[in-house]
Amino acid sequence: MRKLIDSTAAAPPLFRSVGDSVKHESAARHVAGTAIYIDDMPLTARHLHVAIGITSIAAGRIKLIDVSAVRTMPGVVDVIVQADIPGKIDIAPVFDGDPLFAGSTVLFHGQALFAVAATSFAAAQRAVAQVKVEYEPLPGQQSVALAAEAQDFVVPPHIISRGDVAAAFTSAPHTISGHIEIHGQEHFYLEGQISEAMPAEEGGVVVLSSSQHPAELQKLIAEVLDVPMHKVVVEVRRMGGGFGGKETQAAMPACIAALFARRTGRPVRCRLPRKTDMLVTGKRHPFSSDYSAAFDAEGRILGAELVLAADCGCSADLSMGIVDRAVQHADNAYYMPNVAIRGLPCRTNKVSNTAFRGFGAPQGMLTTEAMMDDIARAVGRDPLDVRLLNLYGPGRATTPYGQEIEDHVLPDLLAQLAASADYRKRRAAIATSNADSPVMRKGLALTPVKFGISFTTTHLNQAGAQVAIYTDGSIHLNHGGTEMGQGLFIKVAQVVASAFGVDVSQVMVSATRTDKVPNTSPTAASAGSDLNGMAALDACNKIKAGLIDFACSTYDCAAADVHFTEGQVRAGSLTFAFADFIKQAYLGRVPLFSSGFYRTPKIWYDRKRGEGRPFFYFANGAACAEVTVSALTGEYRIDRVDILHDVGTSLNPDIDIGQIEGGFVQGMGWLTTEEMSWNADGVITSNSPANYKIPTSADVPAAFNVALFQRPNGEDSIHRSKAVGEPPLMLANSVWCALRDACSSFAGYRMNPVLKAPATPEQVYWAVQQAKAFAASGKLQ
Amino acid sequence: MDFILNGKQQQVGICDANLTLLDYLRGDAAMKGTKEGCASGDCGACTVLLAAPGQPPRAINACITPLGSAANKQVWTVEALTGDGALHPVQQALVDCNGSQCGFCTPGFVMALTALYANSQRCGLQQLDRDSVTDAISGNLCRCTGYRPIVEAGTKMLQIAPAAPTLVQKPASLQPLSTNSMQPQLSDGEHSFFQPATEAELQQLLALYPQAALVAGATDLGLELTQRHRQFAQLISVGAIPSMARFEWQDDQLLIGAALPYTDLESRTHELSIPLKRLLHRLGSRQIRNQGTIGGNIANGSPIADMPPVLLAWDADIEIVDSSGKRTWHPLSSVYLGYRLTIVQAGQYIARIRIRRAALERPHRFYKVSKRFEDDISAVLGAFSLELAGGRLGAVRLAFGGVAATPVRATATEALLTGSTLSDALIASACDTLKNELKPISDVRASSAYRSEMAANTLQRALLELGSGLELEVHHYPAGNEAALYV
Repeated sequence: MRKLIDSTAAAPPLFRSVGDSVKHESAARHVAGTAIYIDDMPLTARHLHVAIGITSIAAGRIKLIDVSAVRTMPGVVDVIVQADIPGKIDIAPVFDGDPLFAGSTVLFHGQALFAVAATSFAAAQRAVAQVKVEYEPLPGQQSVALAAEAQDFVVPPHIISRGDVAAAFTSAPHTISGHIEIHGQEHFYLEGQISEAMPAEEGGVVVLSSSQHPAELQKLIAEVLDVPMHKVVVEVRRMGGGFGGKETQAAMPACIAALFARRTGRPVRCRLPRKTDMLVTGKRHPFSSDYSAAFDAEGRILGAELVLAADCGCSADLSMGIVDRAVQHADNAYYMPNVAIRGLPCRTNKVSNTAFRGFGAPQGMLTTEAMMDDIARAVGRDPLDVRLLNLYGPGRATTPYGQEIEDHVLPDLLAQLAASADYRKRRAAIATSNADSPVMRKGLALTPVKFGISFTTTHLNQAGAQVAIYTDGSIHLNHGGTEMGQGLFIKVAQVVASAFGVDVSQVMVSATRTDKVPNTSPTAASAGSDLNGMAALDACNKIKAGLIDFACSTYDCAAADVHFTEGQVRAGSLTFAFADFIKQAYLGRVPLFSSGFYRTPKIWYDRKRGEGRPFFYFANGAACAEVTVSALTGEYRIDRVDILHDVGTSLNPDIDIGQIEGGFVQGMGWLTTEEMSWNADGVITSNSPANYKIPTSADVPAAFNVALFQRPNGEDSIHRSKAVGEPPLMLANSVWCALRDACSSFAGYRMNPVLKAPATPEQVYWAVQQAKAFAASGKLQ
Repeated sequence: MDFILNGKQQQVGICDANLTLLDYLRGDAAMKGTKEGCASGDCGACTVLLAAPGQPPRAINACITPLGSAANKQVWTVEALTGDGALHPVQQALVDCNGSQCGFCTPGFVMALTALYANSQRCGLQQLDRDSVTDAISGNLCRCTGYRPIVEAGTKMLQIAPAAPTLVQKPASLQPLSTNSMQPQLSDGEHSFFQPATEAELQQLLALYPQAALVAGATDLGLELTQRHRQFAQLISVGAIPSMARFEWQDDQLLIGAALPYTDLESRTHELSIPLKRLLHRLGSRQIRNQGTIGGNIANGSPIADMPPVLLAWDADIEIVDSSGKRTWHPLSSVYLGYRLTIVQAGQYIARIRIRRAALERPHRFYKVSKRFEDDISAVLGAFSLELAGGRLGAVRLAFGGVAATPVRATATEALLTGSTLSDALIASACDTLKNELKPISDVRASSAYRSEMAANTLQRALLELGSGLELEVHHYPAGNEAALYV
């Protein structure tokens, strides 16, 4: 650059950095409607639009696909089936099993069969219905229980055990056993799956996608097109929600758009209509879990045995990691001296289930929370006391997989929440009021969450970033994490602003691109800010090292006397505006950009032995929920929820509170109104927002108190903060437990009603009926 | 057709009458602030404001609104709010309260809250409570925030002074718009949208096009356009015919225009019937209630429509008019022939609904059982009209939705109860009779067993409440008259 920028802007009066509640970087654009999502990008007359044709049976052979009538529909430009894929057909993330289009075998109802590209979205949608397919239907597997019995698994089961479980059950004074059916969950990101592909030179493509894992899309598109990865660029600016649903599931529309772009030489947009999205993309895994516990007269667990059978659907997708995490979180916060936990990744003829906030842990934990309530009722104690009694603590600190709990947060956190939520007094008041109330009953529960932070696939725990300072002092940041609303971009920008002592407005984060930071991991496992924050800090530190050297040699001071603070750089007795200092450094030929890298320390896991330290640390929290249930209909209201959650030293308290509240309500939806359903033919019948009900604002408790538990992370994480994406979802276990508590009240808390999750009014009604029947007969029906 | 979009007169030329307002906005108008989340009126990401001449703005779902429905009206999108870069108070409140995360639903929330903001200002309100805000955003889904910050923004937005008068506050002056209502508002030669101004014009159009689809709020018909990609040759709107949108008493008869939107009806229920007010709150979201009509609810013949059981319990009649202008009244109980099938023929329309004052004055209870409190389709809807004097039941009407192929009355159970003395034994026997009388099916919303139990238990609840004077209500219903804000 010949001439540097003239004026230095006045330093902003604010210096917002790490620890401040800075607004989401796109907040003003969100409310103005100017934040651009892929479907908002300009369309040209050359653009093609895609519709995807799907199977109409759940299992069988495809005898014939006749797309001739599709081709002649108005506006149709191209149609592709499996045989038209030039490269690899399978787009599975880990283990093969997810063909982009079905070939001769149908794996599930709703499987992609072909795709059509037309000159308008409506033309493509109308054309796709014209296909003729001949099937030879075969009996499919729709039952997870039968698949478990047949040992039909998508990957080998995962077993963790310790001690002598059989002996514990033989010698223990009390035992209980139970079963819980846990449904899946539709992600219902507000922006459906979408990708746009533009043809590039030499057979390459540039793809814009709403994806949590651009690097994986790049690899899969390269394989499908049969080109080297360097011919494919994937860019993600923002997603309209992800929640795990765009970790692997974004691949299909991206690969289809890329294929059409290559074939037609035209820009191609592939957007799934809501109903298609709800049929063809994977969901949270349903689980069918058995539990049994051996315990003493106080309710102290002596032995526990859990079998967690997961409905993985037709293929592995990410099910190995998901079932592993379910198994690794079935202890939740409780010490189990003798324990056996088996995770069964069962195969069924359903859409392949996938990542969803919590990644198996919610299902494992809910099973254990049901078990804790059963133990409490068996020994006639308040469930909170039994939970407190069984918490990990000094001397009782080894998890079933051998990782030591080093930082005991939950005993203090639970005590603080029980006090602030006035748990004891409310429990007593409810006992009194329920006794006088034949129809309306209240339920109360306080449940903990302990959630392991790190990808359990160790190699994914790495991240990269690029930081550049321009000669006007403005900073450009790029890292491997994607923004799906969780506030990752602003958090990492705060880390960078802090590193240079400038206001966060000086840091601009741009779209995630595979040609800027390569080989990135998915933005998942709650690890986005942990990993990318550290990588960005590493880049900042490398730049700063050069700047400090420059300051020392130019201004004759010691490295310890160079400070970056409040928009200024102090070098010994001299003080410069940050931008002025940067200009001098540029003229002094100091590099003003760097990459950064981070790998999480300390972690390892041996899956065969079910042992290791899979997690860098644990994030903790607890919630107390109070509900009112009507015995006449099973309808209920959530009266009050109190949450105390551990985010270490928060990078951004408002953003963290947003994750906690949003995660809780999403979990509440999973456990209350959101009922995934399939018919006997394996067809998803909850296929639209008309029949799949996520919470509305009226479902949120009127009294909803959320606070952060203030204690720095014991591990050396980014500014001693803790990950917050997934853990709060499981705070909603308190709602399910409170509903079951209310149901159990109809039997004087002497029996444990079976309550399916989600606890829809219908399920609550049946649970109340069980309790009433028990109360009438003194026997389980 | 002509309409005013964000304060500017807009003319639409040759155009498929089946185009939705959302597709027009995002397509020809290139206004991408309004999002498509579901294209079925369930998520509210496409919320925009619509106002008929002289009427206050209302939030509607652009995704299921045919473009023609906006003819001669004003439409505002999120693009109208940020003049000169300054945020509207609604937008500023959402930013201040961290009301967005992924941001995709946000423009829809902004517009739903803007309707509340504009109408609160018009009504001189200084404060908004939680109930008014949740009512305004009942049709907006957010998957990220858990709503708490959005509701907080709604309760605080009136305290933020606008930087400049916003377009919504300054209604644009209406130029004389197209007046020949016998001509299509929109047409591409094959698909035409008509908006007659009188019933006489409607009858003439029906004589010409007996197979035309009638459009009122389009809250059901819109799904035919967006989910089944149907292309109707003629769509005829009944939304601009004043005589079909009246609410009037004639002696002891209440006459409700078939095309009166629910919000207008709701604003009168405060005095009319609290059970009806509560039911309407749950019938659909605010956006749906701003568009949907009783006539549509009856004409589509759905077994899970919420109004028909109420009207059956009230012995209501409907007025059917044919293309020659001949009017006949029919008891609603004689209207249903089968699943989505009524006696209303092609070329006919429903003009009015008639309810007698005596029916309104009899004690009645309406209970909706669904998975979600707001904006859900009933698993079972029980509507009960019960006269009780000196411990004896007089006239009894028991009507249900969701338990048969059509909305039905339980006449055997009615007979059992009529004239009987209220007792626990009678309630038990009535519930048994009812379970024998109704044979509901299992589907995505509920099992047949639960539906059967709910039919009986909602009846039990009505009898218990009537006998005891107690309320066995678990839900929180807004106590105010939120709908009046939009009228």
